[in-house]
Amino acid sequence: MSAGPQVVHTETGAADVKVALRGVTKRFGSGGRGITALEELTLDIPRGEFFMIVGPSGCGKTTLLRILANLEQLTAGEIHIRRAAEDRPQNSMVFQGDSIFPWMTVWANTSYGLRMRGVPASETREIVGHYLEKTGLTAFRDSYPHELSGGMRQRVSIARAFANDPDVLLMDEPFSALDEQNRTLLQGELLRIWDETRKTVVFITHSVDEAVTLGDRIMVMTARPGRAKVFVDVPFERPRDVLELRHRPEYGEMVYDIWQHLRDEVDRSQQAQSTPPARGLMQRLTRRGGR
Amino acid sequence: MSATDAVAKDDLSPDRQAAAPKRRRGLGRGGRDLALTVLSPIALLLVWEALVRGGILDARFFPEPSSIIGQMWMMMDSGELWTHIGASMQRLFLGFWLGLVPGLALGIVMGLSRPLRAALGPLVSGTYPIPKSALLPLILLIFGLGEMSKIVMVAIGVFYPVVLNTMAGVMQIQPIYYDVAKNFGARRWRVFRTVALPGAMPSIMTGVELGTGLGLILIAIAEMVGAKDGLGFMIWNAWELYSVETMYVGLLVIAVIGYGLSVLISGISRLVMPWRADR
Repeated sequence: MSAGPQVVHTETGAADVKVALRGVTKRFGSGGRGITALEELTLDIPRGEFFMIVGPSGCGKTTLLRILANLEQLTAGEIHIRRAAEDRPQNSMVFQGDSIFPWMTVWANTSYGLRMRGVPASETREIVGHYLEKTGLTAFRDSYPHELSGGMRQRVSIARAFANDPDVLLMDEPFSALDEQNRTLLQGELLRIWDETRKTVVFITHSVDEAVTLGDRIMVMTARPGRAKVFVDVPFERPRDVLELRHRPEYGEMVYDIWQHLRDEVDRSQQAQSTPPARGLMQRLTRRGGR
Repeated sequence: MSATDAVAKDDLSPDRQAAAPKRRRGLGRGGRDLALTVLSPIALLLVWEALVRGGILDARFFPEPSSIIGQMWMMMDSGELWTHIGASMQRLFLGFWLGLVPGLALGIVMGLSRPLRAALGPLVSGTYPIPKSALLPLILLIFGLGEMSKIVMVAIGVFYPVVLNTMAGVMQIQPIYYDVAKNFGARRWRVFRTVALPGAMPSIMTGVELGTGLGLILIAIAEMVGAKDGLGFMIWNAWELYSVETMYVGLLVIAVIGYGLSVLISGISRLVMPWRADR
């Protein structure tokens, strides 16, 4: 199997487009049994945009993020990411669930990317100290993950990604494992940290609320194969107050509108998850009967 | 504040009085455990001593503990015992490293690389069930009667548990940690250093502990054949001379060494895995 085209670093194209996807397609397996996870996805993400992707489970949104992170190869299409500087990492990911190393202290986890890139120690100390401060982890710098709560661990993961100072931040449902209170708290903290740098963010979520709360623009994806169904601009000003925002009538309307787009897809994905084995069984039974 | 003050206050305040017995019981439990740990072997030895003196136990097979300890004292005094302990420990030490280093290296690369696992896996797991003591004649044939054959026996004992546990330890690391390492720009050696090695460390230490125990067994066996010193030789020689006390001295010393090594290894485990403290 060919490696296929990959993420291209580019200096061409419109200067304010940070990430450009052209006909991005991903198939797992081959032939009739293969599954198309992503189909002909084309979009531009401007520099500094907080871009949200919402879709039903199994629509390939995590696959898309993993392709952007270079952890997965795409089958067809092109991705261009405009680099700000050669010595900076192209992307850093905040993973879903527990992804900080249990065998490293908070400090060692947060400085991981910088240490792997060989950034001078004094600079590393300064940057990591800053983000530990921002995430309220300074007092826990020498703690190990097992001594921290789930919310604290995810703060480490966020600090680690920001400290690495990438061109694009990738976030794969970073708050999905947290309880409601922690989620709201961390959403607010994320927005405050992000406001300092205004980095380009690609953020995946299954929560419409989260998408409207955090994003500048939301892409609603179709059920498998994943395609862009609709793009929605989020008009709320920055900086935002997470709780105040949820109080507004426009907020409720936006959430409702997006749910309208999403509902059919969620239905379809539920059906897709329940029918194929049954249909396959019927086919096998009838085929055998025909013989 | 002195202890008597505390007691006096306990007597005065009713709710403290209620709490006090609980605290005393808590203290007493730890003390009682310690007392039992120390007293039960002593009691056993006393019973043994009494049974032999009373003629119920045959002193030819079970000499009185007092005569065993006397024999040990004599052997320590003459330096004979130290010579044997030194010889065994030196072989154990050298054999330990000779088995550990290749076991660790091979275990990690087999854990990381699927083709290597496919190529070497059957070889390792196929030879693993062979009783290591059955290899002794072959090892003696290849390495002769000198030091090397004993060291190699220990190395074989250490190697297998280390290689298998290390491989299993590397394989059970969550794939997400490799994704993180890759995403944050760790190159091959760094992935090994920051993910594979620490991730597998709990398993590795289990392998080291098992391997050391096996090494101790094998050194005793190896020294019974064609050795001029060492604890295994000492026990075998005692059998030939019908010095039953010396035999017991050998067993006692081996037991103490085994216990000491396991304490040492769990201390090292805590040192190399500070993230697993308080477990």
